[in-house]
Amino acid sequence: MEKQAVQRAREAFLAGRSRPLEFRVQQLKSLQRMITDRQGEIATALKQDINRSQYDTPLFELIGLENEISLAVSKLAQWAAPRPVERNLLTISDQAYIQPEPLGVVLIIGAWNYPWALTLQPLVGAIAAGNAAVVKPSELSEYSASLLKALLPRYLDQELYPVVCGGVSETQELLRQRFDHVFYTGNSTVGKLVMEAAARHLTPVTLELGGKSPCYIDKDVDLRVACRRITWGKFVNCGQTCIAPDYILCEPSIQNRVVEGIRQTLLEFYGPDPKSSPDYGRIINQRHFNRLMTLLEGYTATVGGQSDSSQRYIAPTVVKDVPPQARLMQEEIFGPLLPIVTVSDIDDAIHFINEREKPLALYVFSSNKKVIKRMLAETTSGGVTVNDVIMHYTLNSLPFGGVGQSGTGRYHGKHTFDQFSHHRACLVKSLGLEEVHMVRYPPQNHQKVRRVRLAMRTPLVDFSKGTYIWAVTASIVALGLLVALTVILILAAGVSCTCL
Amino acid sequence: MASQSEVIDRLRATFRSGVTFPEQFRMTQLQNLLYLVEENEQLIQDALHKDLHKPKFESVLSEIQITLNDLYFAMENLRTWMQPEYNIGKNLATRMDDCFIRREPLGVVLIIGAWNYPLHLILLPLVAAIAAGNCAILKPSEICQATEQLLAELIPKYLSQDCYAVLCGGAEDTKSLLKNKFDHIFYTGSQVVARSILLAAAPHLTPVTLELGGKSPCFIYGHIDIQKAAKRLCWSKFFNTGQSCVAPDYVLCTAQTRDALLPALRETLRTFYGPDPGASLDMGRIVTPHHWRRLMDMLEKSKGKVVIGGESREEDRYIAPTVLVDVQESDALMQEEIFGPILPILTIESLEEGIDYINRQEKPLALYVFSDETSVVTTVLNNTSSGGFCGNDGIVHMALPGLPFGGVGASGMGSYHGRWGFETFSHRRGCMNRSWLLERVNVLRYPPYSDYNLGWLRWATTFKKNSWGGCSVM
Repeated sequence: MEKQAVQRAREAFLAGRSRPLEFRVQQLKSLQRMITDRQGEIATALKQDINRSQYDTPLFELIGLENEISLAVSKLAQWAAPRPVERNLLTISDQAYIQPEPLGVVLIIGAWNYPWALTLQPLVGAIAAGNAAVVKPSELSEYSASLLKALLPRYLDQELYPVVCGGVSETQELLRQRFDHVFYTGNSTVGKLVMEAAARHLTPVTLELGGKSPCYIDKDVDLRVACRRITWGKFVNCGQTCIAPDYILCEPSIQNRVVEGIRQTLLEFYGPDPKSSPDYGRIINQRHFNRLMTLLEGYTATVGGQSDSSQRYIAPTVVKDVPPQARLMQEEIFGPLLPIVTVSDIDDAIHFINEREKPLALYVFSSNKKVIKRMLAETTSGGVTVNDVIMHYTLNSLPFGGVGQSGTGRYHGKHTFDQFSHHRACLVKSLGLEEVHMVRYPPQNHQKVRRVRLAMRTPLVDFSKGTYIWAVTASIVALGLLVALTVILILAAGVSCTCL
Repeated sequence: MASQSEVIDRLRATFRSGVTFPEQFRMTQLQNLLYLVEENEQLIQDALHKDLHKPKFESVLSEIQITLNDLYFAMENLRTWMQPEYNIGKNLATRMDDCFIRREPLGVVLIIGAWNYPLHLILLPLVAAIAAGNCAILKPSEICQATEQLLAELIPKYLSQDCYAVLCGGAEDTKSLLKNKFDHIFYTGSQVVARSILLAAAPHLTPVTLELGGKSPCFIYGHIDIQKAAKRLCWSKFFNTGQSCVAPDYVLCTAQTRDALLPALRETLRTFYGPDPGASLDMGRIVTPHHWRRLMDMLEKSKGKVVIGGESREEDRYIAPTVLVDVQESDALMQEEIFGPILPILTIESLEEGIDYINRQEKPLALYVFSDETSVVTTVLNNTSSGGFCGNDGIVHMALPGLPFGGVGASGMGSYHGRWGFETFSHRRGCMNRSWLLERVNVLRYPPYSDYNLGWLRWATTFKKNSWGGCSVM
């Protein structure tokens, strides 16, 4: 079944249907209509999957998606147009440009924590770039997966963008097929398997993975605001966000105030009993619930710690003075547990971060520009937000992706379009200027070698419109000045000239 | 003699120290690499001649000068490339924030070279890796022993030994090298080996750039000056004895064009190499007896008719520039990349037939069209895909540093040359520096949620058509 879906998508792609810009725009607008028309059903599915509050759905899934679609629709012509490059004297009369082209049939494997955003945002870019796409939503968010399977064919071309549902074996079957690009969001264990499967077909991959995103709080900072922002980012979606601040690093002297700040904020956000707040989520399934509870074993929560297995509820929990070797610090938490690890100073913090795998996101709270500069210059991560959390995700002109163990490739906005395109280098020459080219043909001698070397060393010139206009304007101004100077000289000379 | 892992550990420790990050350091290393090439030109030419019987002209043009050009280009532009990119769209919500993209080094990268252009195929990626602030391990092709030795000797003399190392060896050594973790692997070579490299990289989640090959088709169609086309075709096909990943592999043209083309090819070859190319100083040789045998086998099995050349000599691995006609799709010459001085001509009746044929094959590294008619060029461009494209010439598109050089599908993934190489070996880190102000506005996003807040947020964050970027949530 998976094989047939891929086969049909390939045939549809080869027929050329997905290429015309009008078609791509029409599909994107249709996708937009699906989201607008079916918001209620999507929100219900999310509530059943992960107890997502009715406000978190538009906020975290749909608004972003709608913005991506609007951006793609509005900019598509620009993105898909040939991109001229600089030429040198040898290629001065030629056309040199990069032409973005569709790759073919791509596979998009979604994740369960933001099942709509993380599955459909890549799809927006894939459609915009002119590809066919097989969509495989995560089976862990089963209500969303079934809903997507029911809805997408009603709005989009059924052959070009099939939805394939299923578990591990269906995914493995899909991965045995040949794709022109595989886009996977999830964990690094499966990421490695995806890369391995793609390797057999020499298929490029984009892997949006995760990691432990550190959050460093400098001591001279407005802790009230910092803790509020951190609390928001940590406990939204019950901590099940790939770029949630995983753990806090701070000096011992401010640890207690940080804890208080978070405690205070939690009260403001969810009230004294988060379990009864409509805005607080649940853990996706029993397995993850058990995993999280195991992480907590042996540690006393400073804030929270309560749980209810029947509801897969874990209270927003903070643990102080966590040792670096604790289980909490060995794997990505992906839940509402927030460990605080104390460090002696910024050097210690940087050292701590660099000893570990490159994270997907890094957060630093500081009013000191030097501290921020050092953090940025001496660490690396997929992305960074300073003095807030998560927000770098929301600006689609910033590339979103990991590095090292946190992933490979990037997307959002134009970056998605580029990720799903082949950038074909094109040089269209004329057969003229053959005399210039004679130097390169055999039989060869010293003079020819010398001449060719000289020709190859010509500098690159930018023939873009801006430079052109500047050059023309500058020439006119220079000419004007020359004329003016000449007139002045003539007049000055004319004073002493008796030829008239 | 340090083991592979000792070398890698040393480089990793150096990288961690941050010494490769500053612009000055990168510039110094690039400058030193420049001296390496400039001061050892003769030695390089000699090594290339020993390994590949490479004519001096080709060594200068396609190995030395192209490397020097890339170095000049990198040194001239390094500062610009290293700058954080600030000119990105912001929106209402992020107006007060500092948003930029940093280019950061990846770490310790592995560059595996190839034998056909043993100098530039390993040094151009090295230029990019150095410019991007990484440490690098070079693994030159063991097939070109003279060049391999020369690189092993010269690199430690000119470049920092703690940052860049040359590891020599054969297939087994490469296999064991690949068991280590790298932060990027850059490979030029064949599809078979590429697969095993990807499989080795997967457990470490190492990103890979693959510069592979394929059968690069060459259309000669419509109205065209056949003499000039023949010159450029011969030059690009027989350069380096056809052993270029972007050499035009085969020609597609009508019977009429073919009949005009053959005498033009004969005349050009005579002008280039004289009546006996085997005696010309400008004609190269096949790299090893094994590769010579492979080509001879293909030629022997071919059902096409040899109309030009066909001579060969096993002692010095010589094969004359050879042209065959009446070659069918099923021919022995059409099953794999030729990579030699053998040019099959396939006859087509229409452009569509040629395009259909190309699209039935794997996506090639390069695609060529010789035609005066813009419609022909456009039709081929719009209906095919390939790594790169060149109209009315061959190979030269890879000499323009503004164009990315790389494949697609079976011809590879990723690209390099000029700035593209710098980007390949860098991580693009998206950074947002939020202001402390506007916390009152931030309040809209916090629980307890309400329709009222959501309404305002929606209004503030919905993408407006004329704005530069979109923001999904404040």
